Amino acid sequence: MGEILVLVEHDRGEAEPSAAEALTAARELAAAHSMSPIAVLVGQEAADLQGVCAEYGIPIAFCLTSPLLSDYGPEAWGQAITELAKERSPSIILAVGTDRGNEVLAHIAARMGLPFTANSLQIQRGDLWEVTRMQWGGSLLEDITIDTETLIVSYGQHAVEPGIAPLTTPTELITQEVDLDSNLERTIIRDRVTLTDGVTLSTASVVVSGGRGVGSAEGFAPLEELAELLGGRVGCSRAVTNNGWRSHADQVGQTGTRIAPEIYIACGISGAIQHWVGAMASKNILAINTDSEANIVTKAGYAVIADLHEVIPAVVDEVRRRRN
Amino acid sequence: MRILVCVKRVPAPGSRINVRSDELNVDTAHLGFTTSPHEECALEEAAQIIEEHGGTVTVLTAGPTEAEEQLRYAASVGGTEFVLIPNDSGHDWDPEHTADAIIQAISGLEAAGGEFDLIMFGNESADAGGYQVGVRVAVALDRPVVNGIKGIDIAEAGFTVRREVDAGYEVYQFPGPAVLGIREGINLPRYPTMKGRLASKKAEITIIASEANPGRQTKVRLHQPEERITETKILGDSADAAGPIVDLLDELGVL
Ligand SMILES: Cc1cc2nc3c(=O)[nH]c(=O)nc-3n(C[C@H](O)[C@H](O)[C@H](O)COP(=O)(O)OP(=O)(O)OC[C@H]3O[C@@H](n4cnc5c(N)ncnc54)[C@H](O)[C@@H]3O)c2cc1C
Ligand SMILES: Nc1ncnc2c1ncn2[C@@H]1O[C@H](COP(=O)(O)O)[C@@H](O)[C@H]1O
Repeated sequence: MGEILVLVEHDRGEAEPSAAEALTAARELAAAHSMSPIAVLVGQEAADLQGVCAEYGIPIAFCLTSPLLSDYGPEAWGQAITELAKERSPSIILAVGTDRGNEVLAHIAARMGLPFTANSLQIQRGDLWEVTRMQWGGSLLEDITIDTETLIVSYGQHAVEPGIAPLTTPTELITQEVDLDSNLERTIIRDRVTLTDGVTLSTASVVVSGGRGVGSAEGFAPLEELAELLGGRVGCSRAVTNNGWRSHADQVGQTGTRIAPEIYIACGISGAIQHWVGAMASKNILAINTDSEANIVTKAGYAVIADLHEVIPAVVDEVRRRRN
Repeated sequence: MRILVCVKRVPAPGSRINVRSDELNVDTAHLGFTTSPHEECALEEAAQIIEEHGGTVTVLTAGPTEAEEQLRYAASVGGTEFVLIPNDSGHDWDPEHTADAIIQAISGLEAAGGEFDLIMFGNESADAGGYQVGVRVAVALDRPVVNGIKGIDIAEAGFTVRREVDAGYEVYQFPGPAVLGIREGINLPRYPTMKGRLASKKAEITIIASEANPGRQTKVRLHQPEERITETKILGDSADAAGPIVDLLDELGVL
């Protein structure tokens, strides 16, 4: 019976949202393949996550400790888990494909001389490992086989629906000191800068977004007004950032931000596949476009076939009128 | 500064990515090609660094002969030296294969021209999205590496780099030689100038054949994700749609 080592992501002891996905995924995979799931907690501060492990039904957790693991560092985290993996020879080393998840797994794979499969949706074992993974940020899928004993794999973010399965006894916590080369200190976080405590593009419940059809930087004023009125944020397409009309921080899509608002209002955006993958998790989409054949129009739940420069100011007026 | 930037040639699809009947490749018959966006920004960053600090920017790609197009483009936007590792197999190499080929090429380039102070990758390639080639190269060379970089400051002591997180950024600091995975948005890449276009015509491309071997990961099939079929409700065709739009906002509880 093999083991699944699962990385529980945290920042200085506080669980990240992906931790619940990772633990759920490990529990379900373990059940499907008769394996035992083992949580990996990196750093002394992560010992407190023992309770989270129990809530998600993971009976054993290793807490790896070292003076070099007091804060995140990709090399130190990667090397620490590599040490544990060499000792236990797990069948699967698992994480969720966040920035840190994919980065740490890439380090482990490089250090162990094994393949690494990022952003998977399905994992099966026949004669070989069989994995379906995302290419193009999820616009295309790839089935691959991996010819190794140990599979190093991340699930795509939000590919697994988190679900609790509380244990009746506490998770057994095994603290293990790891001996890390002091050289690895070089990539530990030195400092942090907080820019906003408020609503961000990825957390906003309304996103009013503009594309090439907006025509200029100034053309965004009515979109900003509408976003402000609704307590939302302004987004944009890559055509807009490439033209220098808005900062890349506002870009929605494969190489921008992935959003999941209650409603996405896409104005003058054609809906290229690389834009769509960033917007498709929106609960509702309203496209405002002069072209009734535009990709975004055919994919959106709601559409207005008209000039955005006329529609948006009218919407702003209507919102104000109803509120008065 | 001696900088190396690794870039990948990728197709630029529109509303859908079609797969060829062999199910192993994207159908590129009617598509243009481009440099993967994160790497385009890495190249721009490298060009800005040598404009300020002096030095060279070597641009390297592993790919088909046609990838020369991306190297010539790189010459028009600030690259100074160009390396193609030919892959005429008709398929992308797997990530271990690509990394090994790049590692071997780097060792040759460094033996001949000195160590690279900085090696830059994209955070992930736009098509395969393996999230690993840069890390593999850095681990093999035992150099510090951090991904997701959206800011670089250079001082005597080395590199101070910023990585974006939800509410701000994390700061990392290490001496060179170093490896960075760059994210789009670190800068706005320039367009080629007239002078750049001339440079691109004259660029000499060094070919470095690879002796690297495939890794243990094999592509079986490319296919489309399940598509959500949506019935589109048309709310209007003029500014008069404002009423129904605000009704909808109200219904969704965001008004
Ligand atoms: C590897 C790669 C990654 C990429 N990543 C991203 C990404 O992260 N995000 C992203 O957005 N793009 C990305 N792109 C670019 C993408 O392919 C498209 O080029 C881009 O999204 C197009 O932007 P757009 O819709 O604003 O412009 P266009 O495609 O030019 O569309 C403009 C739309 O505006 C409509 N329009 C014009 N005037 C008006 C008007 N007055 N009123 C209403 N409608 C009007 C037109 O009918 C048209 O539909 C990427 C591309 C590649 C190759
Ligand atoms: N064929 C290639 N040639 C040159 N560089 C590459 C190639 N494939 C990947 N890279 C580099 O490695 C980075 C990460 O790629 P990947 O691991 O595929 O996500 C890319 O952003 C590129 O900088």
